[in-house]
Order: sequence, then structure tokens, then C-alpha cells
Amino acid sequence: MTEVIWHGRGGQGAFTAARLLGAAYVLKGEGSYALAFPRFGPERRGAPMRAFTKLDERPIGNRSEVAKADYCIFLDDTVFTDAAFAELKEGGKLLVNTKRTISDERVIAVDGTRIAAELRGLPITNTIMLGALVAASGVVPLELVAGAIRQTMPARHQAKNISAVLAGAKAVQP
Amino acid sequence: MARLFLSGNEAFAYGIRLARPQVISAYPITPQTVVVERLSEMVEDGSLQSEFIHVESEHSALSCAMGASAVGARAFTATSSQGLLYMAECLPYAAGGRWPIVMMNANRSLALPWNIYGDQRDALSQLDSGWIQAYAEDAQEALDLALMSYYVAEHRDVSTPFMVNLDGFVLTHTYEVVEVPTAEQADAFLPKYETENKLDLEHPRVLGFTAGPEYYMSFKYREHIGMMNARSVVAEAEDRFAELFGRRYTGLTDAYRCEDADYVLITLGSIAGLVRETVDRLRASGQRVGMLRLRYMRPFPNEEVAAAVAHAKAVAVLEKSISFGNEGPVYTNVNSALHKARLDIPGSDYIGGLGGQNISAADIEKLFAGLAKGQASVTFLGIGDGGL
Repeated sequence: MTEVIWHGRGGQGAFTAARLLGAAYVLKGEGSYALAFPRFGPERRGAPMRAFTKLDERPIGNRSEVAKADYCIFLDDTVFTDAAFAELKEGGKLLVNTKRTISDERVIAVDGTRIAAELRGLPITNTIMLGALVAASGVVPLELVAGAIRQTMPARHQAKNISAVLAGAKAVQP
Repeated sequence: MARLFLSGNEAFAYGIRLARPQVISAYPITPQTVVVERLSEMVEDGSLQSEFIHVESEHSALSCAMGASAVGARAFTATSSQGLLYMAECLPYAAGGRWPIVMMNANRSLALPWNIYGDQRDALSQLDSGWIQAYAEDAQEALDLALMSYYVAEHRDVSTPFMVNLDGFVLTHTYEVVEVPTAEQADAFLPKYETENKLDLEHPRVLGFTAGPEYYMSFKYREHIGMMNARSVVAEAEDRFAELFGRRYTGLTDAYRCEDADYVLITLGSIAGLVRETVDRLRASGQRVGMLRLRYMRPFPNEEVAAAVAHAKAVAVLEKSISFGNEGPVYTNVNSALHKARLDIPGSDYIGGLGGQNISAADIEKLFAGLAKGQASVTFLGIGDGGL
């Protein structure tokens, strides 16, 4: 099972990214299962929040929050602290949207906010970081992420989000 | 059949659209709101032809559904928690009127303290209201129950309203893979609602009447028989469903690795997924354990419970409810089933998940370990030593 924890602030689209990753994975067809859920409760714009994605080749019975993840994504580096490393499984990776350099081999830093500004002039980085995760992890082909966007997002948001996924992927590719 | 990534609420809304209710009465409450929102969007975009009625309370939501059912319409409503309690006056009313309304209940705790998270005290407090009660384990079962509930409720030998329970948030707000049947498949499964129990100018009759002491008992007896008849109609519905959709359900219970189990954990709802995984892990280490999931609480599966645990050394119930001053209501029902079957098996009751408390794999393992020691007690998970 691949487990992902998404960190962000209310309104940044962390849960949308968590859900898109699950939707993309199950587009693989038979033998692909996923759960995606936010940390349950009232959501407030700007407050720190978390969301979770679990991916597996068989149905997933454990619906609890993920305690240790293969990947932790931070859409906002103001919620990133050293406590993040305790949430990683052995060999896990952190993907952080930041302008800073974080010298730790477990961290992949992406300046998603700059990419977002160039792409659409808005600091929305959820699908950029989703693209970065997909490229760094290889858990699902990029074209299935585009498929999930087409399946679940309103038509007017599709093209720019697909470009954002591709830009995020490009940012982490060597 | 489409394979989609949906939340439990959305999956249930897709199932209801396939059932084509003619009237939907809606009043929102967390965590049920999304199901009526999706249905309103489906009515708006024309993919569901239904009279969507915004009402001003849950009491009115069920009253409205009764009115619709009383003219022979297929009716749907949904609620949760305080909303279910607010409509409590109407629950036995709908059952006594023999109106086969389907209602989704998103299981949520009861105030005070105020809490929006999942437990099952809301629905389990209404076991005696005359409604069929089913509890889904996942979003697929929720969608399938949306279709099967109408089949069972509207069957002329049953004529009883049906409450489908989905654990709040853990099912209602979690996205997962769901196979959505086509409208043609659903139409082949679910016949149109035909009844004589309706107001009809061509065939006048009285509904919603008074009955004095000389008649009231016989109405209540017939209500009981209708509910008992649901047992065989559930089996009939599931046979037809398996034929048409290729998915097989197992009646009022779902027994997992119970055949040769020494220790059986009995539970209901979405926690069954975690218990199933734990059973597999303990089995792999040589422990003979099993799980019995109660899919229905009414009618209660007395014979199925007794048969599944007849050879067990001990059983335990894990439930998200408590009847203060006694024990959990599920445990009471299970004990009655064992007693009637003359089974003297040590049992214990674990109360967990109240107000959304997380139940972990480690908790389930500890619970199986406690079972082997044969505690006969009521234990509140995670609270001190035995909780008392």
C-alpha cells in the first residue's frame, strides 16, 4: 500500500489533490483501489488542514488516518516543521512547496508558488504538487491524472489544472 | 457499469437516482448534507425526474415523505443524529402507516457535548420504531442498498419503511471506488412501486386512521409480521441482485472466517473493514479468529448469529453505542439470540468510536486478546482499565 499525507491550509486544495490522486489510481482499472479523505471536521479557510490518500492493489479496510506515510506533501511551507519527518515511513519522501533550500535527502523542494504565478497568476499549487508527487513516485502515469481531472473537475478548470500537473512533474524530473 | 471514485454520500445519491424516487424531501444536516445536495443537482440537470421539496425541519421531511407515499409515490429522505431524533415522532407513524419510505441516515453522535462525528447511537436509539435498519460497510454496499432497500420495503409482504445507515464521515465523506450500474440494469432489478395502500379517487379508502383497543393490537401484530417477512425478501432481493449485477450479498449477516473460529468479534458498519484485515493478520499467525458483521439490526438475525458462533469459545461485540446503565444495545440483542439458541458462550461488550473516536488495528488486536481471556464485562475502549 502507498500512503500519502497532504498538508496545507483551508482553501489551498489539499483535499482536491488527495482525491485526484485516488481517482487517477483507480483509472488503472481492475485491481486498483484507493481511499481519499480529509481530516474530518469543520473546515476553515486559512487554518492548517490535512488530507489522506491510500492506494493499493486490493480493497482497503483500514479507514483510519495515515500515521506514517510514503509521501508527505506540503502545499504551504508555513505548516512545514521538523515534526514532518516523524510522519515518514523508512525511505519515505517529503515534497515541500517552498522557495527555501532544505538540505535533507528526504526532502524534495519545489517552488510551486512561482510556477503557479507563471501559469495562472494565482498562488494555487495543489495540482502542481500533485504533478511533482506523481513524477517523483511513479505511483500512477501522468495521463491518468489528466484523466481524473477530466472526469471530476468542471470543464472550465480542466486545461489549466492539467498544465499545472505537467509543470509540477517537469519541476522534479532530472 | 461505470467504475467511479465517489464518496459514500455521492454513491448513495447515485443509487437513489437509479431508484427513481418521485418525491425527495430534504433538510440538510452534517454529515448527510452532500447526499441531498447531489440529488438536488441531479434534479436540476434533468438526470433525475423527481419532485424535490425543501422542507423546514426533519419532522417535516419525514411527514412530507409520508404524504408522498400515501398517494402511492416512491419517496426518499435523509437525515442524521439530532435530525433523526427530531423526526422520531414520525418514525413509528410511517411504520404504522406501512409506507415504504427509504431514508438514509448518516450515523453521528448525539449531543451533549455537541459533536458532529460518527457513532451509531442515533439509529440504534430507534430500533423499536418499526423501521428496517441496515448498516453499510463501504460506499459500494451503500449504493447497492439504495436500490435493494426499495425492493424490500415496497414488497407487498413487507410494506415497511427502510433506514440505510452510513457511518458519518468515515463512509459519507471518504472517496473510494464504486461500480455504478446503468439505468437499464437498475430498471431491470427494481419494479415500479405498485400499491393499494394509497389515496385514490377511483378507489377511495381511509389512511392514517384511529384504531381503538379492539383493533390496535392486530395492526401492531401485522406490522411485526411485515418486518419478519423482510428476512426472506432480503434474500430474494439479493438473489436477483447477484443475477443482474454479479455482486453477492449474504443476507442479514456477513460471516467472515467464522466456520472454525474459537473467537468471534461481532460488529456492524464501516469498522468491519479494519476487523476483517485484523482477522487475516491474526489467522496468518495461527489464531483461530473470525468476524460476524450484522448487516441488519431490524429484522434482527437471531438464527444467523447463533449459527455463526455456535462452536466459538467466546464472542465479543464491538459497537459505537451504549445504553447507559446497562450495556450496548447490540450486545443485548446478540445475547438474546444466543440465549434463545441455548448457547452458553462467554461474551463481552466493547464500546468504542463514540463521537468519532479512532479505533486502530492495535485496538482490535487487544480486543481479540481480551476475548481469549473471557472477560464478561462492558469495556469503554481507550478509557482506563475497563473504563469503569
